[in-house]
Amino acid sequence: MNIVVCIKQVPDAAEVKINPETGTLIREGVPSIINPYDMHAIEAAVQIKEKTSGKVTAITMGPPQAETALRDAISLGVDEAILLTDKAFAGSDTLATSYTLSKTIEKLSPDIIICGKQAIDGDTAQVGPEVAEFLNIPHVAYVRKIEDIGEKSIRVQRLMEEGYDVVESTLPVLLTVVKELNEPRLPSLKGKMAAKKAEIKKWTAADIGADEKDVGLKGSPTQVKNIFAPEPKKDRQMLEGTPEEQTDALIKKLMELKCL
Amino acid sequence: MDYFLTEEQVMIRDLARQIAEEKIVPQREELDEKEEFPWDIMKVLAQSDMFGLFIPEEYGGLGKGCLELAIAVEELSRACLGVSTTYAANALGTYPLLLYGSEEQKKKYLPDIAAGKKLVAFGLTEANAGSDAAGIQTTAKLEGNEYVLNGTKQWITNGGEAEIYTIIAMTDKSKGARGASAFIVEKGTPGFSFGKKEKKMGIRASTTRELIFENCRIPKENIIGREGMGFIVAMKTLDNSRVGVGAQGVGVAQGAFDEAVKFARQRVQFGHPIISFQAIQHMLADMATQIEAARALVYSVARYIDSGAKDISKASAMAKLFATDMAMKVTVDAVQVMGGSGYMREYPVEKMMRDAKILQIYEGTNQIQRNVIGQALIKEAAKKK
Amino acid sequence: MPIVVDKEKCTGCESCLEVCPYDAIDIKDDKAVINEYCQMCMACLPVCPEGAIKEIQEAAEEPTNLEDYEGVWVFAEQRDGTVASVAYELLGAGRRLADELKTELSAVLFGASEQEANELIRWGADKVYLCEDPTLKHFNDEPYAGLLSSLINTYKPEIVLAGATPIGRSFIPRVAAKLRTGLTADCTSLNIDSETRNLLQVRPAFGGNIMATILCPNRRPQIATVRPRVMKRNEYDSNRTGEIINVKAEDLASRTKIIETVKEVSEVSVNLQEADVIVSGGRGLGGPKGFEMLKELAGLLEGAVGASRAAVDEGWIPYSHQVGQTGKTVCPKIYIACGISGAVQHLVGMQSSDIIVAINKNPEAPIFNVATYGIVGDVYEVVPMLIKKIKELKGK
Repeated sequence: MNIVVCIKQVPDAAEVKINPETGTLIREGVPSIINPYDMHAIEAAVQIKEKTSGKVTAITMGPPQAETALRDAISLGVDEAILLTDKAFAGSDTLATSYTLSKTIEKLSPDIIICGKQAIDGDTAQVGPEVAEFLNIPHVAYVRKIEDIGEKSIRVQRLMEEGYDVVESTLPVLLTVVKELNEPRLPSLKGKMAAKKAEIKKWTAADIGADEKDVGLKGSPTQVKNIFAPEPKKDRQMLEGTPEEQTDALIKKLMELKCL
Repeated sequence: MDYFLTEEQVMIRDLARQIAEEKIVPQREELDEKEEFPWDIMKVLAQSDMFGLFIPEEYGGLGKGCLELAIAVEELSRACLGVSTTYAANALGTYPLLLYGSEEQKKKYLPDIAAGKKLVAFGLTEANAGSDAAGIQTTAKLEGNEYVLNGTKQWITNGGEAEIYTIIAMTDKSKGARGASAFIVEKGTPGFSFGKKEKKMGIRASTTRELIFENCRIPKENIIGREGMGFIVAMKTLDNSRVGVGAQGVGVAQGAFDEAVKFARQRVQFGHPIISFQAIQHMLADMATQIEAARALVYSVARYIDSGAKDISKASAMAKLFATDMAMKVTVDAVQVMGGSGYMREYPVEKMMRDAKILQIYEGTNQIQRNVIGQALIKEAAKKK
Repeated sequence: MPIVVDKEKCTGCESCLEVCPYDAIDIKDDKAVINEYCQMCMACLPVCPEGAIKEIQEAAEEPTNLEDYEGVWVFAEQRDGTVASVAYELLGAGRRLADELKTELSAVLFGASEQEANELIRWGADKVYLCEDPTLKHFNDEPYAGLLSSLINTYKPEIVLAGATPIGRSFIPRVAAKLRTGLTADCTSLNIDSETRNLLQVRPAFGGNIMATILCPNRRPQIATVRPRVMKRNEYDSNRTGEIINVKAEDLASRTKIIETVKEVSEVSVNLQEADVIVSGGRGLGGPKGFEMLKELAGLLEGAVGASRAAVDEGWIPYSHQVGQTGKTVCPKIYIACGISGAVQHLVGMQSSDIIVAINKNPEAPIFNVATYGIVGDVYEVVPMLIKKIKELKGK
């Protein structure tokens, strides 16, 4: 099986803080990690490779610094890595990102493409299905188990609101995966040593034959108008006093609300 | 302190630390309580290539030495000595093969060991042969193309869990120590069985069992080296592995020290965190100094062994002796710094103190280490004359 | 419209570095330089004391014929033939948008009956595009995406809303990609810019730490998804009438096939979403033991126990209890937040609760911004006292 994993480098969510005065983000010193859902995508790809043999290629779109995410992916068992980096990609929304990734994947002609269900910085969950549409291949979102992989088809469980569906798809297919799918492994020493030496291919818009009007800002129909911190509620009431007085005041309120 | 580790050594340390923090710390309390063998952690160690660390590259390992192994053992020991004992005992069982095994034996066994597919155990100790290794009663008799083993090994770490056993048995009792030989015995060989799992004071995640041989027949080619080399095999093995026990001491002491510092910063008495009191500061200062001294010694000895030095008995005995006596003292002091909390099972330091005790006992008690050092001193002095 | 720095004016004061949420500004040769991380959020523009950072009005793409598109659509998802409640909530939001735009509100319903279509009208739709084809009874991405995009191409609505459910989040991106238009996921509020008729889509951004308003100014339709229990339903009007347009599916071929559907409902999640009272805990609890205390309080108030992402990530309580952008959205009568700081990603999951009580040590915690009643104090002091006093009350 020839497998492509799409990954994204994100700031570690647990470390991001907000400046309470300005309402803006403090990203200084926040470490960059592989998007946690993508870790499960990598694990799934490596497991399939181990079972069926073949090759796993990780791709990411981002600034040159995103190379570290690709090296980390190699330490986890990925064979090759491609960094899509080009000034022309700046300002991409999900549509432009999906287009760019799909142009790259076309060149690799994989049997299976695996993505995390969403990235923890954007939380949109759009890129996977949009890439599948651009490639004109089927996709299955929210995969929680891979039941069987055949020569030409795959059977998986897809998480739904009230349970799960067993879905069969032809290959090639794109899967987006949830955390229940597997337990990502830790890197191996051999993997880490390979990652240190590995050559990370750097592809630009020209390398993937992307149309410049479809990438980056030009290819992005959505725009961020502004960002803001939520407004405080106007009718807020602080319950003051000793802990006992505060508790009594709260109980009074709960009784007024007929909660007690 | 900076020990000028290479980039690869730092990589090994970081990965071992990640395994310790993410996989071992969350489980250690339960493993200790339930006296459970940590199979899933062994799987993680295998997947991370940790079992291949000191095995040559031609057999699927990473070809690293004593120092790298010591670094990994130290990090694992910081989290749980039970887990690190399992890991270190695997190395102990592998050394006879590595040092004296034939090409065929290495080809046959080392790749699986490096991949972590098969665990190894070392069988030397018996009921009447602990510190006095010459008292070994297990016999191996050559009958045609087979050796027939009879006897019982006692307190064998990884016993029952391991697939491969390196065993010391007497091929010629009349020759005393020169009549011992080393063998490879695989689990499942007819006549080879296990006694009950021992209940221990500490390192309860590790398994300790008897190995029972009753007319156990193994192929003649399973002898390691030649007949009569058993003691040399055992002694050289211990010379190499002792520095690892020292690393265990450094690790568990560091783990206990870290907990004590964390606690002392949080615990408030007389209106101040107790770390602000000189009584506590002085204890912590002594602990930190002793740990660093032990680490410096362990790393130096490991580097000395890796340099290819021949006579390593004294140095490795010193590393084991100093670092493990230190570990006992520091873990006791960590409990003391934490007072009543330290004594409670809610905190990890009482376990570390229980665990640390074994380090002064196994792979040669610290009294025996002093004997080894003492004998080396006599030899050295005699040479000078 | 890229952001650029006027090198003449820039003094290299680095004020802009701190406010950039994307690390998209570097200092090179003592001047600020915008790198490829830039997402054009414009957070840096107002902070520059020299006014050196500007947005360049580049010749943007030619807008598609925006005026060809009219009307607001709601994709009404059904499960086992019954319309999901998120569809009614979307009709509530859609009605308001349509009225503001002085246009029609339509619903699109696949694989269900006319009876269900009539329900959509009673909940506020003017028209329903209904495809009763039994192949659509169970959700499958390709036929759903194919049919919805072809309907959009035919009837050209300016806005399409769908539920941010496993179904909507799976196939709506395919629709957006087919139509080469913008999609905004998990919107928490939707409004119209009266000047441009653009849809103002508000959603949490940057890992849910802050809110962003998203526009799709040059392409149509503007597509947005909204999570269940975020929007409020309209009044139900049993006399309301409307038009049902039966549509025929042309090509329902699919390369994916549903072999089996298995129901597996998490009791915890159901309880959480239906409870009138939720007692929730966060990082401030310090460990799993704090949840024992919250369980007792929730028991006394006949409520359920929730948790913030931080507490779930720490492993103190299972994911099924998580409230927030990546957990459940809840809307109880009373939400009691204990030791939860109130990151935006948590707030969007609970801020539509009727009454919010916040207990937190830190008076600056953002949770107090959405609280109805706030208590600055130690949860380990307040909650046990609360439990004791409620028990005394009940004992009487």
